Amino acid sequence: MKHLSILLILTCLWVPATVMASLRGTGDLGVVIERASGSILIVEHSQHTVLGRVSGLGDLSHASVVFSRDARYAFIFGRDGGLSKVDLLEHRIVKRVIQSGNSIGGAISQDGRFIAVSNYTPGGVRIFNADTLSKVADIPADYGQKTYSKVIGLVDAPNNRFVFSLYDAGEIWIADVTDSQNPQLTKYKDVGRQPYDGLISANGRHYLAGLFGEDGLAHLDLWHPDRGVKKILPGYGKGQNDQKLPVYKMPHLEGWAIAGSQAFFPAIGKHQVLVANTENWQQIGTIPVIGQPVFVMAEPTQRQVWVNFALPNNQWVQVIDVESQKPVKTLEPGKGVLHMEFTPRGKAVWISVRDENRIDVYDTQTMQLIIQIPAEAPSGIFFTNRAHRIGL
Amino acid sequence: MQHIGQAMLLTLLLSSFTAAWAELSSQEVATLRHLLYQDCGSCHGLHLTGGLGPAITRTALQSKPTDYLFTVIAKGIPGTPMPPWESQLSKEEIQWLITELKGPHTP
Repeated sequence: MKHLSILLILTCLWVPATVMASLRGTGDLGVVIERASGSILIVEHSQHTVLGRVSGLGDLSHASVVFSRDARYAFIFGRDGGLSKVDLLEHRIVKRVIQSGNSIGGAISQDGRFIAVSNYTPGGVRIFNADTLSKVADIPADYGQKTYSKVIGLVDAPNNRFVFSLYDAGEIWIADVTDSQNPQLTKYKDVGRQPYDGLISANGRHYLAGLFGEDGLAHLDLWHPDRGVKKILPGYGKGQNDQKLPVYKMPHLEGWAIAGSQAFFPAIGKHQVLVANTENWQQIGTIPVIGQPVFVMAEPTQRQVWVNFALPNNQWVQVIDVESQKPVKTLEPGKGVLHMEFTPRGKAVWISVRDENRIDVYDTQTMQLIIQIPAEAPSGIFFTNRAHRIGL
Repeated sequence: MQHIGQAMLLTLLLSSFTAAWAELSSQEVATLRHLLYQDCGSCHGLHLTGGLGPAITRTALQSKPTDYLFTVIAKGIPGTPMPPWESQLSKEEIQWLITELKGPHTP
């Protein structure tokens, strides 16, 4: 008996308490960035609760997250160049490196073995081993005479490639990391001035970079990379009478909504959501909205598109009905709506309301508030179903 | 008389100028500070150390004259994503931001 109790005690000591308490999957977990306090919340969206907080993650302004393919680990990209690997079950930092002076985001390779980070300082992309976070390769964004460009719009693409844009150089590069130590680069020059963000379509075929410095978008068909980068939507960016409003927050392309054969995306400097045909990339519609859109995101059933806005209209969210192409609901969660994330099958949407220190969870069908969750200056919200989606 | 009038006007202008941000309520100052770190911070970094936009720390701005900073904030920088803030902020608020940026509170 005595032996048995010693054995029991030993077992209890050996198995981490968190595992004892809750053996669980990660499919309904997520991460909320608390940008001002350098922490994240680990959340679950079955019951809409907070499971824990992990601190010590540095400067999380504009932080983003990707997940390991087993959806157990979150890789967090901080503004200060920090790359952190967090265990979603044990609520702890497994590994953390400061990989640059100033970074903007990252991606995980198709095979899950590599993490790529896009950097402003020094301008370029660095590739890390996803297990150990040890550096595998360095790709300086040198566009001539040792001039380095800020890198934006980094995404993963099929066949273990990463695609990204050079803001200062106006270039798009593909890095094939099949031979991880020696990434093979394909460079496209003169794609347009000041590409400021990029996205890849959910099937991994189309890479698009938004251009700040001129009208239009740069489009690369990854099925036919030899055809080069083409300019599409030449009217994109032009305001009424060519008069753009000041842009108080850069739109994000990551959330570009592609619903059926239609793409919905934020106009720059205009109170509009634009609609394009994804077959020929011609603009086919314009939807007036309440402010300058920042994120334009399709709800998973693709029946609705949810939109948030730049200052001074960042207290609003509008819901556009895809069929009628009209806003059907305007919500006012509060000042500083920064991001939205849908639960994987679309029943609910989590909305971060930075200035109210809150996350509001809405039912996407009734558009009624389900619950409010306290969070410190929340920004990005990332659910683990991203682990299994190209480009996220 | 005209001189006295001018002098008085000048005094008035000066006193209103120096008093400008003393007149901002603590609520307004809190809002501005929030704007600086959260919204300016979305391009310039939460710690003002730079992002898509350049660093705007005290050190980075050391050599920049106040007039120049005023123009940049009020009018923006054409050809870059820096927008003009004059439709969103009063002169006093822009002055406060510059004082704050050059002052001891920023990194």
